Amino acid sequence: MKERALTCIVCPRGCPLTVTLGEGGEVLSVTGNACKRGVEYATTECTAPRRTVTTTVRCECGGVISVKTASTVPKEKIFEVMAHINRTVAPKSSKIGDVIIEDVAETGVAVVVTANRANR
Amino acid sequence: MELINNINCELVIIGGGPAGMAAAVAAYDAGLRDILILEREGALGGILRQCIHNGFGLHRFGEELTGPEYAARYEDMVREREIPFMLNTMVIELSEKRVITAMNSERGIFTVSAGAVILAMGCRERPKGALGIAGTRPAGIFTAGTAQKFVNMNGYMPGREVVILGSGDIGLIMARRMTLEGARVHAVCELMSYSGGLARNIEQCLNDFDIPLLLSHTVVEIHGRERVEGVTIAEVDESRRPIPETKRYIPCDTLLLSCGLIPENELTKMAGIELDRVTSGAVVNGDRETDIPGVFACGNVLHVHDLVDYVSEEAKIAGEAAVRFIRGEAEKNAGIKLTVDGRVRYTVPQRIEAVADTKVYFRVSDVYRDKKIVVRDGERVIISKRKQKLAPGEMESVTLTKEMIENAGESLSFSIE
Repeated sequence: MKERALTCIVCPRGCPLTVTLGEGGEVLSVTGNACKRGVEYATTECTAPRRTVTTTVRCECGGVISVKTASTVPKEKIFEVMAHINRTVAPKSSKIGDVIIEDVAETGVAVVVTANRANR
Repeated sequence: MELINNINCELVIIGGGPAGMAAAVAAYDAGLRDILILEREGALGGILRQCIHNGFGLHRFGEELTGPEYAARYEDMVREREIPFMLNTMVIELSEKRVITAMNSERGIFTVSAGAVILAMGCRERPKGALGIAGTRPAGIFTAGTAQKFVNMNGYMPGREVVILGSGDIGLIMARRMTLEGARVHAVCELMSYSGGLARNIEQCLNDFDIPLLLSHTVVEIHGRERVEGVTIAEVDESRRPIPETKRYIPCDTLLLSCGLIPENELTKMAGIELDRVTSGAVVNGDRETDIPGVFACGNVLHVHDLVDYVSEEAKIAGEAAVRFIRGEAEKNAGIKLTVDGRVRYTVPQRIEAVADTKVYFRVSDVYRDKKIVVRDGERVIISKRKQKLAPGEMESVTLTKEMIENAGESLSFSIE
């Protein structure tokens, strides 16, 4: 058995978590969490960590507009996700929720616009 | 048609960021229609427009939003209600008689006589000049928020090799942002022995990218003539003096500063409103009303918040109270003062009246583990709440019931024990 200390990133409370791992790296128990999302986070974090990526994308109008991955992507693919987004251009009339990439960097996750106007 | 340059308006809100918009929406929903928001920038939304990261709105909307999405929710509410706002409009003066002088390119200089005013001007970053760092003054030194604006709104990278001084949340967020866009962040130096940022941001913005957080470290010298060429950093002792033997040179082209936020209260001072020396914001009562009747304050202009969700909550209090004031329905009584022991740095509000249960926000001055938040009425303990951890970077709150306030003597004292 092994113990691993984590900081939960699900909400601003940032609970200090202690995870007990079995021989095969499986999660045996999670303590320190204030809610059940902490257990979920600790389990993914110890097996296959995932993150939401937020960034900007070039817009046809010449400015930039903010975007995010519609859900989390594997942590080790963050820079591939960034590279894909940076090769993309958003249409002029982009609005919150518009999908600009359906499957970013083969993660199966979409990239959506998070603002109603581009900045230039 | 000539524009009238002496406007009368029941409620004027200075600032169209999250605080101003939430106050306007709350006032409208309380039945007021004659409202005007004055906004300096070319769009509503305030600083949220450049905060493209997620983590906003978990309390307010029960989901995780990015800054622009959170701002858009409130902008939609303002637009649905057809609440009037003026963009690119700079307020240059506020008088104690609630007369506002403002200017924009359409009207020139104009005045607005307001029945009530809500101050919602937000805050600004502590600038380089206030930090007293030795060395040259080359290009490449930015506050973290300025860099955030360059990257997220203008699409420019301010540099490639970066050192960050200060571990406030914006500094942490920018460490990740610059890294994602291809820069190398060599270190985040923090003068104090703890970070002022949220634990989750240290995890997801620094640890995820192996960016070192150097606690009890500061930048002692900036090098370079035209452009930053490097910085010398050093560890500091317990009285925060740099230890010469620990000096180390880091080559870099950019220094970002994330060394605290200061409420932007020039207009408040001009009106002669009493300010709290600790918060740098106005002294207010439970309604968020300043010592000038009918002038209210909310959001980061009142005290720096860590979550926008609490800004919205506070703005709603101010918006609804302003409507009661305009209608002459504000309940008033002598009220009591809230005092602090120093471990609790400040409270907002600073004085309260026994009209309703009141949530009191406060910050502590150091990191405390396994302590109690104690509220006393004279010698008598009326609230005692155990906390595993208290930190300066995290705003705390307790709720005082109407009975507690009614029964209190002249003041209630807040302490950490």
